[in-house]
Amino acid sequence: MSEYLVEARELTKEFPAAGKKTVHAVSGVSLQIRKGETLGLVGESGCGKSTLGRLLIHTLQPTSGEVLFRGQPVTRMKDSDFKPLRKEMQLVFQDPYASLDPRMTVRDLVAEPIETWKLCGSREEVTDRVRDLLRAVGVPEEFLYRYPHQFSGGQRQRIGIARAIAADPSFIVCDEPVSALDVSVQNQILNLLKELKESRDLTYLFISHDLSVVRYLADRVCVMFLGRICEIGPTEAVYEHPRHPYTRFLLDAVPVPDPAARGKEVRLLKGEAPSPADPPSGCRFRTRCPYATERCAAEEPALRDVNGVQVACHRAGKQ
Amino acid sequence: MNDRTLEVRNLTVAIPTDRGVVRPVNDVSLEVPAGSITGIVGESGCGKSMTARAVTGLLPYPGKVTGGTVRLCGREITGLPEKERRKLRGSEISMIFQEPMTSLNPVVKVGKQVDEAIRLHTECSREEAKGKTLAMFREVEIPEAETRYHCYPHQLSGGLRQRVMIAMAMVCRPKLLIADEPTTALDVTVEAQILKLLERLRVAGTSVLIISHNLGVIAQVCDFVYVMYAGRIVEQAATEVLFSRPAHPYTRGLFRSVNSLREGSDTLETIPGVVPNLLRLPAGCSFSLRCGQCGADCEKNMPELTETEPGHRVRCFLTGKEGTE
Amino acid sequence: MLRTKQKQIEQAADLRLQSQIGEEERFGDLMRRMARENKTAVISFFVIILMALAAALAPLLTPYEENGMDLLHRLSAPSAEHLLGTDEGGRDVLTRLLFGARVSLLIGVVPALLSLILGAVLGVIAGYRGGITDAVIMRIADVTLAFPSMLLAMVMMYALGGGILNVFLTLTLVNWANVARVVRSQTLKLKNSEFVEAARIIGVSRDRIMRRHILPNCLPTLLVLFTLNIPASILTESSLSFLGLGIQPPNASWGLMINTGRQYLYNAPWLSFAPGAAIMLTVLAFNFLGNGLLDVLDPRMQKQ
Repeated sequence: MSEYLVEARELTKEFPAAGKKTVHAVSGVSLQIRKGETLGLVGESGCGKSTLGRLLIHTLQPTSGEVLFRGQPVTRMKDSDFKPLRKEMQLVFQDPYASLDPRMTVRDLVAEPIETWKLCGSREEVTDRVRDLLRAVGVPEEFLYRYPHQFSGGQRQRIGIARAIAADPSFIVCDEPVSALDVSVQNQILNLLKELKESRDLTYLFISHDLSVVRYLADRVCVMFLGRICEIGPTEAVYEHPRHPYTRFLLDAVPVPDPAARGKEVRLLKGEAPSPADPPSGCRFRTRCPYATERCAAEEPALRDVNGVQVACHRAGKQ
Repeated sequence: MNDRTLEVRNLTVAIPTDRGVVRPVNDVSLEVPAGSITGIVGESGCGKSMTARAVTGLLPYPGKVTGGTVRLCGREITGLPEKERRKLRGSEISMIFQEPMTSLNPVVKVGKQVDEAIRLHTECSREEAKGKTLAMFREVEIPEAETRYHCYPHQLSGGLRQRVMIAMAMVCRPKLLIADEPTTALDVTVEAQILKLLERLRVAGTSVLIISHNLGVIAQVCDFVYVMYAGRIVEQAATEVLFSRPAHPYTRGLFRSVNSLREGSDTLETIPGVVPNLLRLPAGCSFSLRCGQCGADCEKNMPELTETEPGHRVRCFLTGKEGTE
Repeated sequence: MLRTKQKQIEQAADLRLQSQIGEEERFGDLMRRMARENKTAVISFFVIILMALAAALAPLLTPYEENGMDLLHRLSAPSAEHLLGTDEGGRDVLTRLLFGARVSLLIGVVPALLSLILGAVLGVIAGYRGGITDAVIMRIADVTLAFPSMLLAMVMMYALGGGILNVFLTLTLVNWANVARVVRSQTLKLKNSEFVEAARIIGVSRDRIMRRHILPNCLPTLLVLFTLNIPASILTESSLSFLGLGIQPPNASWGLMINTGRQYLYNAPWLSFAPGAAIMLTVLAFNFLGNGLLDVLDPRMQKQ
């Protein structure tokens, strides 16, 4: 029995792109998620975090590498063997507007996992269970037969969450679940996610580009850049003492809601964002890094332990 | 010489719908002093974007301005015919939007799009226009300007596209630039760069009206802030004042939410409930249903904007009294 | 302490705010909106209803029989007794028109419905499954579409012989490919939408996804295609009958009436004009209705 609920080993995902190019969305990523843990995954657009999330719940097949669930490799499993595991891993989507079928009622949307996995007997039982779920996520029962477009973004997100937990999964990937929401609603949803995690014994992979949101929920955080992990470790350690240059830039760049923090000299990244179809050799961050050396171009840095945090940088540990 | 680039007084926009008339902008008054960066902050549906659209005359059908005035550098522009309005857009008032991909023509090269903007408003030859475009590209720090001039929008990254938008908006040196959520769709490292760019534009003499739901962005660049809720301005103050002494329960709720997140409290602060449906606004104060301090007066009457200290106005019956939160 | 109070405020606010959630938009609201925005569509709707009623109640509306020959009064001009005159057999034209409406409207609706079902099912399978299934279905569709529909219809009717059932079959087979193509392209678009991805992640079977997620979301398009296919079928049938390949005499169909009236175009023009006008009216009505529905249903989806 593995100590990890979800494990990735040298996961790589490449997509063919126009003009015979390949997009290297995820390259050689290895990480572990313990049961009951929330791993935060941060990075900017093109870093591969959404792709990694989908690889981990096996809704996308990797180009190479392995995904393990409860110690069992699932990547090359037969469909029939994998079937019971399908309901164990679910996804909460970013866009509360696009992720709910506009032609289905709330009841049918949340009931779909229950009906698919035949978790209840009669139609009545299913509806009762849906009612319980809606109560758990804070959607009033009266709206059981309404359609998604009649709700606000935050309420739709609650419905999406109800659907994700309907079949009692153990692992949920939250793909930017609050990015499309206003800040006051965002906090409501974050509170809800935290509460559900405790009451239902869930494990989360929480993907976001918003560092403060991740800091709130995650036990450990993983920073990605162009398909590779830059830094991964306990949340406070990474936020307080970021070791990878990219992490430092990310943390610095967030606009602080405090006018007193203005005028602080913010270092800006140099150069242009490299394309995942044409990643730089060696360390992929080197074209934007002010500290890049020749070694960075020649040799890809491996993740090394520096004071309990894994960092992929040749200069880490030498500050 | 008017020291106010933009002056909006009692502006109201009405949109007739199936179920009644909606007023996304309701009796809004604000001003953008010359050379300043002024911000409008609020969540979705508060009317901030509609206000901007009303100012530029780009309201979606069937919305109409039903009251109030808009003055640009002292000149009344509300009643102007569309023809005159069009002359103003791009040359005196410019606007940049959240999604540069949808605001740029995908089948025309970006250089040509900016050229077009120049030649619409000024008499100049193609070569002259190209020269101005390239100069503008360099000013907004688009690297390799000559190469980028010949690119299509989809060949550029989000940050570059936004810079192109800014270039197109600034190339005729408008008096006022309205930026509607300019960095919301951008990565945080790119956002930092764009905000720095907006700061530089202000220094160069353009007044900026920036609209955002992100308090961090507002704090970083704005001199003065207006807070909107359900179509009205509920608080306005200089940035330092607003952030250190927020008075309206909604503003305070927003700050509490944002700060509890930053401080990592155990349970995050929230503003209970949702933004009201404009068709079914509560009687009295629009925020009454969600307000922890809602009193009997609040449920019956709409408070007016009252000045609590110089330059700081709040739309609440309870200001002046110590808040319980 | 603060948390309980927070929860209390939250619950209280939620209760008070329940009225804030949008009202159900009923079907009636949709119709009312169409009524306001597109009066032609509404008028067309009522015209169609009237025609259907007239066709259904034909025997009650006319004292004459469908095939009641009266050779003494053949080819008489419109008069008080025969509002649209009589034909070459002395039969009342208006009566023939009413009975012919049954045939023509049926010929409009039934094949349109059948081709809709056939086309939708094949289109969704082709679009969702892709690969060989898609290639095979679409190539057959392409071949069907490559022939001018009239030519195809003529060949089929010639091979099958006359009679109303064969007309149904022919028209269905002529029209399904169009529906299939449209549904396939919608399927391709919907296949990549997030809610379909969500269904896949939940573990919903492929068949169920097609049935519950893709087809229902094609419904607005299908509805419009339906209303626009009806006039196409009526026109094709009219041409077939005109050419002698469709409905056989002495049964009435508008196309047949136009055909037989051809010989008398100079001395009894009403024989062809009356059914011709009826066809034109029907086709226009369905077209306007279809366009009206298109306007009402599409922006509604995008307006949110």
